[in-house]
Amino acid sequence: MRCEDVALILPRAVDAGEPVDLAVQSHVGSCLTCQAELARYHRLLKALRNLRTQYLVPAPGTLAQTLAALGEAQERNAIRSILSGRRSAYIGALGGAAVAAGAAAAAVALARRRAPRLAG
Amino acid sequence: MTQEELVAAARDGDQGAFEELVRQTYVATYTLAFRLTGNEEDARDVVQETYLRAWKAIRRFRGDAQFSTWLYRITANTASSMTQRRSRNRADSLDEGSAEVVDDRPFANPEASSEASALHQRLSAAMADLPPKLRTIVVLKDVYDLPHEAIAEELGISVAAAKVRLHRARKRLRDVLFEERGGVARAV
Repeated sequence: MRCEDVALILPRAVDAGEPVDLAVQSHVGSCLTCQAELARYHRLLKALRNLRTQYLVPAPGTLAQTLAALGEAQERNAIRSILSGRRSAYIGALGGAAVAAGAAAAAVALARRRAPRLAG
Repeated sequence: MTQEELVAAARDGDQGAFEELVRQTYVATYTLAFRLTGNEEDARDVVQETYLRAWKAIRRFRGDAQFSTWLYRITANTASSMTQRRSRNRADSLDEGSAEVVDDRPFANPEASSEASALHQRLSAAMADLPPKLRTIVVLKDVYDLPHEAIAEELGISVAAAKVRLHRARKRLRDVLFEERGGVARAV
């Protein structure tokens, strides 16, 4: 196995738990060049991990802007929710009224049918 | 209130609890957004959109993962959508010099601190030169330690594609950070 071939595998092999071919392991074990290359990848990964604790400070006022936008969205949602509730109530009321009107009409029709007819 | 209690309250619709979560996580979310998008303006938009999405979805957050991890995934998804939209209109650039960096780790050794700081600067510059697709993967995996599966899901790509991109990104960073001269590698 050549160092050039190993170099292609090292970006993956540097991950703990990644399966690495025995031939690669054997080559790296006996090749100082590839060991140095592997060490560079380890150093790179360590530097990348360290970035996580290095925070970038946002410009003043950005948190306030985000909270304001969030507040507006929450307000819109609340209003939509209320309107949606009212719409449901209106629809329910209209439905109820329609049913009641239908029932009343049916009752009137039934009553007329049952009422004795006066002789002319 | 602990963060878990705040999350529970927010899930029950407590807007104040959610706003407190925003305050607690804002700098971390902004930092990730900046690293993904590469500029302050987009980072601000991504953060705002992230919290709006998080508020809408908080009821579905089951607490299987940490709240911060859940937020990172939303940030990654939001930044990915925005980067795709905006990359059509303008060249991508990353200039960390425009945002102040705060390192919260104590350094006992000034020389080590200086070396780490130099490496950090070179690394930031090298990441700036990565194409957005490669940079996103390396930030999410090697900086924030999100699993390949989660990254693939948020970016809408396969796990295999995520791994290939990650290895390409690492190779590029290695090439920039450790320049080969006369057969001897040295940090530049």
